Amino acid sequence: MYEIRIHGRGGQGAVLASAILAQAFVDEGQFAVAIPSFGFERRGAPVSACLRVDHREIRALTNIYNPDCVICIDPSLPRMVDIFAGIKPAGTLIQASGKHPEAIAHPGDLATLALCDAVAIALAIFGRPITNAIMLGAFARATGLVSLDALSGALEKAEFRDADLAQNQLALRRGHAETAVIALTPEPVS
Amino acid sequence: MNHLSRVVVCDGNEAAAWAVKLARPDVVAVYPITPQSSLVETLAKFVAEGELDAELMTVEGEHSVLSALQGACLAGARTYTATSGPGLAFMFEPYVRTPGLRLPMVASLVNRDMLSPQCVWGGQQDVMTVRDAGWIQIFCESAQEVLDTVIMAYRIAEHPSVMLPVNVNHDGNYLSFGVSRVEIPDQPAVDAFLGEKNVNWHVALDPERPMAVDPLTGGADAEGAARFVAYRQSLCRGMQDALAVISEVHADWARAFGRGHAPLVEEYRLDDAEIGLVTIGSMSGAAKDAADAARAEGVRVGVIRIKTFRPFPIAAFAHAAAKVRALGVVDRAVSYGWNCGPVYQDVLAALYPSGRRMPVLSFIGGLAGADLTEAHFARVIALTRAALTEAQAPLPSAPVWLNAGGEEKP
Repeated sequence: MYEIRIHGRGGQGAVLASAILAQAFVDEGQFAVAIPSFGFERRGAPVSACLRVDHREIRALTNIYNPDCVICIDPSLPRMVDIFAGIKPAGTLIQASGKHPEAIAHPGDLATLALCDAVAIALAIFGRPITNAIMLGAFARATGLVSLDALSGALEKAEFRDADLAQNQLALRRGHAETAVIALTPEPVS
Repeated sequence: MNHLSRVVVCDGNEAAAWAVKLARPDVVAVYPITPQSSLVETLAKFVAEGELDAELMTVEGEHSVLSALQGACLAGARTYTATSGPGLAFMFEPYVRTPGLRLPMVASLVNRDMLSPQCVWGGQQDVMTVRDAGWIQIFCESAQEVLDTVIMAYRIAEHPSVMLPVNVNHDGNYLSFGVSRVEIPDQPAVDAFLGEKNVNWHVALDPERPMAVDPLTGGADAEGAARFVAYRQSLCRGMQDALAVISEVHADWARAFGRGHAPLVEEYRLDDAEIGLVTIGSMSGAAKDAADAARAEGVRVGVIRIKTFRPFPIAAFAHAAAKVRALGVVDRAVSYGWNCGPVYQDVLAALYPSGRRMPVLSFIGGLAGADLTEAHFARVIALTRAALTEAQAPLPSAPVWLNAGGEEKP
């Protein structure tokens, strides 16, 4: 069982990203369940979605409290939301950010940090900070848990409200290509 | 997997919409409400794209939704709608008339907690408020079961010995929006399963063959009183006959599609169990995980999941309960009048004819979108197990409120 929590803001496609990722995992023969957090949908408001992946059927329809991996598709969100809440030791953070790795605050026992300047890429492709497909590319690059082909196939099955498929395919590829993956030396938890 | 079916990854609302498309209703009337909206939006899309050849009526509210469908159903149309919480409340007047009119409708309830306080999230207070209005109430655990059950519901509702409306319930949020792998059966296979449409053979409104429907009945004179009683008895008979029909339809489904679901109550790891968790709806997956974890620690736990809640499957439930020595019943709704959960009330009532007396605890959780996790069920198991050692003590007079705060984080 591998557990992922995606953080974003309303309008960036965090919930849709969780469904696309679930589709990609299922297309590769895995089982996946995605559960969105729910509130009133408003552009800009913090939203999150949970995703479980396993090689066997997943029965629990519950939120995730101890993720292996956090994907944060908005650079300003960590200032107002505790995106690391409950993250397992030696976890993975995939963060949309143009900052230097040293400037990213994270728990001392984090094992993998992946950074992608997703907003800059999104503004170039969409003219708007829609970062979801870019950050799925970053996830594939950082974890190797899902192939770029499977994600590309899942994008074809998705319905986009604010952009077209070709733009999203480009976003996926650029996210994959332009992600820096940093292996950290986790500090032992005292 | 049936070689003709295909796999999609979708949420419970979309799974219900796919089922409706495959069941080929003639008339669909809708009014959107959270958390049902994406279900009826998907249906509207199917109609707009020509994939579903149905009359889609977007009317001004839920009272009109069901009134419109009553007319359609009386005229022999296969019908569908879906609603939630306050929408069901606004539907109440035509809702209570539908079973007495013996209209074999299928309607999804995307369960939502009831107002007030203001709340837009999942909970089963909506359906539990109307649990004895005469509709058949079936509860699903997964998106796949939602799809399969909505199709099966038409065979159940339209069966000549049933002729009653069916609510297929799926929990708002966790199941309505939870995305998973779902197999969609092939249209010809569903057509063969449902057979020829014969929706309302007993009262089909027909200008060539005029007849009175729903005449004034009852009153103080003996003949009127007896006629009214006959209608009520007939409805109760239809309900009781539905138990066998529901089982038969589920068995046929498993044969046709190679994928079975328990029709009345599901027994999970119950045969050597000491403790039974009684669950309903989408909470059941986490309960099964908790039972597995407890068994790994040597505690013999099983799960009894209520699939059919109305008519209550008294015999099937008693058969399952006879295997254990204590029950922890988890409700996603409140019976204000009994200070317990509504399923708990039914469990006590179903145990009485069996003469069996054992510790039975009421747990209430998952209200208004609250999560019911494996950790919550571990607590249910621990408290129910503790009650086993106090078997002579009277049953507790109050429920255990999960998500009440002050408990350990899951």
